[in-house]
Amino acid sequence: MMLDEETSDFSVHKSLDSESVDRKRQKIEKPLSAKNLINAEPFYKTVQNLHLWNVSFIDIVLISSPMGMLGLPFLTRAKGFSAKVYVTEATARLGQLMMEDLVTMHMESRQFYGPEESGFPQWMKWEELEVLPSALKEIALGKDGTELGGWMPLYSAADVRDCMQKVQALKYAEEACYNGTLIIKAFSSGLEIGACNWTINGPKRNIACLCSSIFVSAHAMNFDYHALQGNDLILCSDFSYLNAMEDGEDDNFSAPATDNFSTLRDNNDNWDMITESLLDTDENLEEMEKLVFVCSCVMDSVKAGGSVLFPIGRLGVFLQLLEQISFSLESSNLKVPIFIISSVAEELLAFFNIIPEWLCKQRQEKLYSGEPLFAHVELIKQKKLHLFPAVHSPKLLTIWQEPCIVFCPHWSLRLGPAVHLLRRWCGDQNSLLVMEKGIDADLALLPFKPMAMKVLQCSFLSGIKLQKIQPLLKILQPKFVLFPENLRLHLGSWSTDSFSFIHYSENGTLRLPSFKDYAELDIAIDLASQLCWTKFKLENMNMARLKGELFIKQSKHRLLPGEEQVVSLRCRPLLHWGMRDLDNLLTALQKMGINGSVEQSKSGADSENASIVHIVEPSNALIEVNATSSVISTADENLASLVTQAICSSLDGI
Amino acid sequence: MVIECLVLGAGQEVGKSCVVVSINGKRIMFDCGMHMGYLDHRRYPDFSLISKSGDFDNALTCIVITHFHLDHIGALPYFTEVCGYRGPIYMTYPTKALAPLMLEDYRKVMVDRRGEQEQFSYENIVDCMKKVTAVDLKQTVQVDKDLQIRAYYAGHVLGAAMFYAKVGDAAIVYTGDYNMTPDRHLGAAQIDRLHLDLLITESTYATTVRDSKYAREREFLKAVHKCVGGGGKVLIPTFALGRAQELCILLDDYWERMNLKVPIYFSAGLTIQANMYYKMLISWTSQKVKDTYATRNAFDFKNVCSFDRSLINAPGPCVLFATPGMISGGFSLEVFKQWAPSEMNLVTLPGYCVAGTIGHKLMSGKPTKIDLDEGTQIDVRCQIHQLSFSPHTDAKGIMDLVKFLSPKNVILVHGEKPKMASLKGRIQSELGIQCYDPANKDIVCISSTHYVKADASAKFIQSSLNPNFRFLNRSLEGSSVLGHVDTTAMSPLQVCDDRVAEGILIMEKNHKAKVLHQDELLDMLREQKHEVKYAYCCPVQFGKFERTENTGLLSTRDVLPISDKCSLLHLLFVKVSNELTEGSIQEFGEHLQLQSFRASVCLKDNCPYRSTDSSHNISEAVYFCCTWSLADEKLAWKVVAIMKSLDANAM
Ligand SMILES: [Zn+2]
Ligand SMILES: [Zn+2]
Repeated sequence: MMLDEETSDFSVHKSLDSESVDRKRQKIEKPLSAKNLINAEPFYKTVQNLHLWNVSFIDIVLISSPMGMLGLPFLTRAKGFSAKVYVTEATARLGQLMMEDLVTMHMESRQFYGPEESGFPQWMKWEELEVLPSALKEIALGKDGTELGGWMPLYSAADVRDCMQKVQALKYAEEACYNGTLIIKAFSSGLEIGACNWTINGPKRNIACLCSSIFVSAHAMNFDYHALQGNDLILCSDFSYLNAMEDGEDDNFSAPATDNFSTLRDNNDNWDMITESLLDTDENLEEMEKLVFVCSCVMDSVKAGGSVLFPIGRLGVFLQLLEQISFSLESSNLKVPIFIISSVAEELLAFFNIIPEWLCKQRQEKLYSGEPLFAHVELIKQKKLHLFPAVHSPKLLTIWQEPCIVFCPHWSLRLGPAVHLLRRWCGDQNSLLVMEKGIDADLALLPFKPMAMKVLQCSFLSGIKLQKIQPLLKILQPKFVLFPENLRLHLGSWSTDSFSFIHYSENGTLRLPSFKDYAELDIAIDLASQLCWTKFKLENMNMARLKGELFIKQSKHRLLPGEEQVVSLRCRPLLHWGMRDLDNLLTALQKMGINGSVEQSKSGADSENASIVHIVEPSNALIEVNATSSVISTADENLASLVTQAICSSLDGI
Repeated sequence: MVIECLVLGAGQEVGKSCVVVSINGKRIMFDCGMHMGYLDHRRYPDFSLISKSGDFDNALTCIVITHFHLDHIGALPYFTEVCGYRGPIYMTYPTKALAPLMLEDYRKVMVDRRGEQEQFSYENIVDCMKKVTAVDLKQTVQVDKDLQIRAYYAGHVLGAAMFYAKVGDAAIVYTGDYNMTPDRHLGAAQIDRLHLDLLITESTYATTVRDSKYAREREFLKAVHKCVGGGGKVLIPTFALGRAQELCILLDDYWERMNLKVPIYFSAGLTIQANMYYKMLISWTSQKVKDTYATRNAFDFKNVCSFDRSLINAPGPCVLFATPGMISGGFSLEVFKQWAPSEMNLVTLPGYCVAGTIGHKLMSGKPTKIDLDEGTQIDVRCQIHQLSFSPHTDAKGIMDLVKFLSPKNVILVHGEKPKMASLKGRIQSELGIQCYDPANKDIVCISSTHYVKADASAKFIQSSLNPNFRFLNRSLEGSSVLGHVDTTAMSPLQVCDDRVAEGILIMEKNHKAKVLHQDELLDMLREQKHEVKYAYCCPVQFGKFERTENTGLLSTRDVLPISDKCSLLHLLFVKVSNELTEGSIQEFGEHLQLQSFRASVCLKDNCPYRSTDSSHNISEAVYFCCTWSLADEKLAWKVVAIMKSLDANAM
């Protein structure tokens, strides 16, 4: 169980990379070659232990980005799945388009490989796995050999449709109320259009799920970190710094710059300074420089007569590259056509131009001045940019000219138009392939070797930089921070008196501390005004019996007057305590003119201190008194009531 | 706590909508409109009522604008740039995008045609709009620590929103203008079922109930088709935004279906540019229009092209959209002058025209000549078609919304006085909701919801939420089951779930109020519970008739077999059941029970709880030992009284 309420976030970790099998047994490992790859219908790897989960125990699924949605149908198609899935509207649309595109490309590749006879592919058989070269074996089985269960055949178009029906789409900062008790809200994370961080507010605790975020984005709405303030607990699940660290060459990402922090620590109250350090523009300049560099490489290639292939990865990066390259072409007066080839290209690009609410400030300004939100609208009109659903589209052949610049899926280089174009251009030394970092280029390019084509791998900012985590947490002021165990060391040692860390690791279950012993309760005024109060001098407190109907709405507990009117007759105490001694009782009786004589009970062990008070006037009565009870026995109702009064007056009660 | 509403505009009239609402120390201005019917100081709300000193920044927490119509936003640039308000302003994205077009269009008409001194400049409009924070539908905006606002879809025009505002426990909705039925390009208003202290609603059509709009659309299309079929020209004067797009979708669609080739023109760049905005904001239209974004954006009109002056007298039929809508000047007037004299042509008129405009003159009666100014007279021989679809809800829609939201109070604005009075009457009598229809400058005060805050223990919450089933055994014949018909109708056992929350509220000095479950209280106080109980061994005289039936049994009382004990108990059960008017006593083998009251046959010779001073004939009595606790004292004595008096009733 994760959190109190189950939440989880899904993404396809790596799509395929599976084609391979070596038929010959190899004792000595040779470098991998295209022959080693498995030639079969692609399989996809999702959350490793998804198959071990009882999906019917999941109550809520939160999706944080369009990419993070690609594995969702694996979950929603599972038997017994009944969780609520929350996702932003933009993520839902983009995620759906990406899934549909994936399904289309997969279907195409299936025609190529032919259908699998059984559900269980040949390569998954143990004998086959045994003989795989070690690099491929590690991909198939994972480092510790447990990940074979994570491989899945792709979902169908129907699965995607079904999945979309189970999704509840939200705007940024829209309140979704789960079961009356939890309020769930999405806030922009800046990573991608529609990408978000989540807050979960419940009567017991407030949680923020912090995913990969970018403070200042050039396309998506900026990281809204202010909205994550005031939560008891922050779940850090931005893994981009992990990738950055594995990336040895990049010295930006070594241990946090400590001197930077000591100054911050001295200025604890100086929030402006912290905020400034978060929003520094170096980050953006760096990103801009990367774009400019990519563009210059592209220009070099097309000037030399080579074509350029961009497998589409992150959509935001794709949009920025598209814009930047068209500017570059324009400014160097080059008439090189740009093609986008994807089954969803048209819909995708049209969609980007109708979602000003999800974009950064500069793009929204374009709306206000009546200009298209992205440059591609004009490019299409000017016939500089062409969209085609597939490489074999008839119209494509009539327009096609080289050199050209093509954006198309799939970044794995195993599916989609990218495969065709790579085959076409891999021998051309003037052509250029631009890939995002994070995939194993050697393995990805294996089927196309030997390559004369140039390959440029570039990495764009994909999350919070490690050195910004601390100042960010300082602003957010949580009580607890859930942090990945494997990043523990990279944080360095920083003193935190304001909050404490809880470390989590994959597949582990954490039980979170409860932050509130008490829940907030709203009591309706008309109910509160009817209460009858009892004063307790000793404890200096007032008490009243409370009766009403409890409602939970919007994670608030509300006590309203019940249907039966609470009448003041109910004021008589129902609960008593504090029988100190009999004298009080006897005095009280005396005041009413009733005399009682005390007889110590002899009735045995269980009622050690029981006493019996006998009354003969005005009629017979008997009172058995011990520490925890009084029993009144008489046939005279009036007398009984007097005795009751006397007993109650010598007790405390409510 | 009190919510105070100061009506600065649209009180018992349509025009210059502006209501200032104070809730728990927050002050929100809803809309900042202008009255199109006045040219003097009356065109703007009387802002001095907000703050005498003119310190509006401290007097207001924020301004909320519902949509881009001038009667809702027209005074905003004046208020921010001339009066100097610098606080936050909220409106939806489309309103922020489209309002400058409306404002600039109006400013130009005023300055250019009337030669009037401008109230605000183009720069003022631009500067004003820079101060606006755009919001999305349903986005919960935290204006400050205490004030939350949220926009809901209102139909009416693109980007129109109803606004919800909440401070502490008090909440209100201000509707602005809305439409409860979808039109060609917009959906119907949509809102959550909210707990509201106050709903401030428009009431333009307070007494009108409209039929289907399709008939009226058909009429319009027929008139246009007939005109162009006969070679005539159609002039459709409209505002640049809203109606123009709706009619255009209607015509574009009709042209497609009927395969018409007659050109449809948009005058000036303004409306063409407006379509550009509409294309980007298509997600704010109706679902049907929205779905067209990828294939062909519905605002990419196929048959529409732009118009220039040389085409005014070009031969052949055409349709022309021209601004302004009431033919008060500008291009629509220019074209009207040319086309009005021919009976082949057609001019459509919007549903509402301000007095003094040509539109207004054409609406009132059927003039053959119109005096434009001294020396200029226009012969009017063309056909006139009055559009009768309105983007406002009708009376049924208002009633539906009020009923759906069931607020504690309703304030009507944006309507005509007598009609509002009639609607107010209906809301009070039919829905039982307090309703007001204040005039301008009136203040309405209503009391608002307020809760006492307490910390409740988990056990209290748990016990209050757990189902608290009570099983009521009902005799078969008398069973009439209410409620749970589906599950329990066949069973003599009735289940009721009295989910009552019961706890103890504790107030200590300098502590927050606390609510505990009763069981937790003693732990907290470190005390032991002391129970007050009753015990009474009650003699019962069964009548002779019964005794004979039981002959032989009573003589050997101390060895009474169990079955006989049971039959005695049953006898008592029957008797008591017959007599008892409240509650239903139940039989459980060895004892009878009603709440905490229990009675069982007592065979002891010296029961300590037996009274010896009874006046009854003891030898003939059967003893039943009864116990009960304090809570059921009254009830128990009633049962005892019945038991004691059985002899008298036995026959
Ligand atoms: Zn309006
Ligand atoms: Zn209006």
